[in-house]
Amino acid sequence: MTEEAMTFDVVIVGAGIAGLSAAIKLKQLSSDISVCVIEKGSEVGAHILSGAIFEPRPLNELIPNWEQLNAPLHTLVRQEQVLLLTKNQSWNIPSWLLPPQLDNQGNYIISLGNLCRWLAEQAENLGVEIYPGFAATKVLFNEDGSVKGILTGDMGLDKNSQPKLDHELGLALYAKYTLFAEGCRGLLSEQLIQHFKLCQASEPPSYALGIKELWEVDPTQHQAGRVIHTFGWPLDGTTHGGAFIYHLEKNQVALGLIVGLDYKNPYLHPFKELQRFKMHPAIRTILEGGRRISYGARTLNRGGLQSIPELVFPGGVLLGCAAGFLNIAKLKGCHTAMKSGMLAAEAIIESLHPPFNNKLINYHHKIQTSWLYDELYQVRNSRPAYARWGILGKIVYEKILRGKEPFTLRHNKADHQYLKTKTHYKPIVYPKPDNKISFDLLSSVALSNTYHEEDQPVHLQLRDPTIPILINLVKYDAPEQRYCPAGVYEIVEENMIKNTTKNTNLRLQINAANCLHCKACEIKDPHQNITWTSPEGGGGPNYPNM
Amino acid sequence: MKILVAIKQVIDHHVAIQVKLDNTGVETNNVKMSINPFDEIALEAAIRLQESGIASEVIVVSIGEKPIQTTLRSALAMGADRALLIQTDVETQPLAVAKLLQAVVAQENPQLVLLGKQAIDDDSHQTGQMLAALLNWGQGTNASQIILKDDEVQVTREIDTGLEIISLSLPAVITTDLRLNNPRYIKLPNIMKAKKKPLTILAAEELDVDITPRLQTCKVELPLRRKTGIKVENINELITKLQTEAKVI
Repeated sequence: MTEEAMTFDVVIVGAGIAGLSAAIKLKQLSSDISVCVIEKGSEVGAHILSGAIFEPRPLNELIPNWEQLNAPLHTLVRQEQVLLLTKNQSWNIPSWLLPPQLDNQGNYIISLGNLCRWLAEQAENLGVEIYPGFAATKVLFNEDGSVKGILTGDMGLDKNSQPKLDHELGLALYAKYTLFAEGCRGLLSEQLIQHFKLCQASEPPSYALGIKELWEVDPTQHQAGRVIHTFGWPLDGTTHGGAFIYHLEKNQVALGLIVGLDYKNPYLHPFKELQRFKMHPAIRTILEGGRRISYGARTLNRGGLQSIPELVFPGGVLLGCAAGFLNIAKLKGCHTAMKSGMLAAEAIIESLHPPFNNKLINYHHKIQTSWLYDELYQVRNSRPAYARWGILGKIVYEKILRGKEPFTLRHNKADHQYLKTKTHYKPIVYPKPDNKISFDLLSSVALSNTYHEEDQPVHLQLRDPTIPILINLVKYDAPEQRYCPAGVYEIVEENMIKNTTKNTNLRLQINAANCLHCKACEIKDPHQNITWTSPEGGGGPNYPNM
Repeated sequence: MKILVAIKQVIDHHVAIQVKLDNTGVETNNVKMSINPFDEIALEAAIRLQESGIASEVIVVSIGEKPIQTTLRSALAMGADRALLIQTDVETQPLAVAKLLQAVVAQENPQLVLLGKQAIDDDSHQTGQMLAALLNWGQGTNASQIILKDDEVQVTREIDTGLEIISLSLPAVITTDLRLNNPRYIKLPNIMKAKKKPLTILAAEELDVDITPRLQTCKVELPLRRKTGIKVENINELITKLQTEAKVI
């Protein structure tokens, strides 16, 4: 059966900040170029989750009159604090001790989802075609091996992948260039990295999981523009990460915990770490009397420059977090993602003129000569130094050496290889939720508004179905029950009656409908046994203001 | 035969509703909006009637502010031929909606008006009935099957005691229930084509209808949380608790 097809000059996978910036730049440079953006979320912004403090530099370059056009940048950072936490105490770190990258003067506290919604409007005004609700599920290739485009997923398949009455076949989208802007650990981006062997010269990627909540707090506790970053408690000394609390407009406070996915203790429960973080005396006062309005989670890249794969392959490039442009020292990736999209657009416009070259070599060159590269080069050793020598190493590299050192440290191992067996640790006892400040997992997931059609193929697939019980449960006490911030993975007992004898069997139940599309499972599963495939388009979280 | 389908844009049914802190309403800012599911069923029914050659044109109409165009475009992508937006920033209540639709009917002369039996936001369940009364047309509400024959339409209604089959002469108003059909997925090329289909915007004032709200919203609150249940050990404990605590037996 041949699929229906449509052809564009450029197809962009993912309506996040990188993809939309590329689309806008393309249309600004050439109004007659045809640009199509497809997005798996039910609307633009539905799957977007970030802290977020936004450095407006690339927005000033892309849309200088953004203020007149009512871009949702409403809250300038006014007051900054970095706190070191112990269980009951907190210490303010004086600003002269802090690395310069943490200075947020001139930056805005935003909802990245809302910025993307606004960028989508700007793009549509320029004639970009944006199609939310359609997931790209497969890369299509030309006969010469170059990328021809993508295929969107079928709609209306049942649990057993059989067509239902309302079944619709996927659609092929062909383009001269396909830009992959799927965000961290993108489905097709990872396939392309494998297929074109793009990571041969780079270090293993390194990730963290961010879990975020949005609160509406008591007006007396709210100070628009206030930023707090914390480190130390509740994470132990060997686990990388920290928390953030950003005061937005309208009495809203965004808070979250970032946990490095190279953590070692299989009993660690990132969601519960966030819940107990909120109970800290310095934090809970902000939240008391308020209410939680949203919840979500997403992984992020923190490997930095040395983990970025080759960006260019015949017929397309990687953008934004799909490549891994996040600046971990600044704790920001929106501005770099945006810049990468703009540079890809410039490269395309230059390359469209004959002789047409399907390999966008000039994109690579543009990245290397831009501020984006300088920025990442400067902090390239921040993350590996932190891994080796802790916070002191990080400060030395960020504050004293500032990237001038003539060498680049390596990451050595992939995140999943750091997990140790349960025999090294005791289970962590987490406090029970009080249902005012801290909550249980399922009531949290409900606030992400995640939804998937129930009767469809399970989108989280196991390469070997025996591993969860025979290895993961036995050796690591089934860590997927804990690292998944959506409660997708559950070890359940199954009673089977066979010849009148009752046998109790344990099995892994996958509640795929809860999935937040964060990709933590693909990254952290110790045997890399879990594959995230795309569910039916439009499924997944529906984040408002995240 | 022309069919007019009235649709309402509501908060998407997958989204958990948040009540505003000042209790004046629910939060709609940056919240995903969609076509009211019952109206989507009405639209699907109309499109199927067109596909089977019974209807000649399907017109969708909605009432409200400009962003509703997005929902009308989706309706066009599903298969409607053209769309009409009655633009107003007044909160339109069922009677006002029925009067506005009456005015649209006078302009468009459809033989059949299809709409959802209720909207999932206010659950009023009134507009279809009011419209039929204003037009003095027959009405078939809560339809789970619609069969058109010449100048008659046979409607199977879902009622408390089962199914009721009624016959109406055209023109008529039919409100649709959940089991009537399963609306189709929108195809990507159809979204593209829908951009070229006509969408007319008409100011509500031009229809010369009194749409002043008759109902006043005093307060919007979340329902009280249900108390969590308990497990009892045995039937005696259950009886004791029912007698002494719940005091129901």
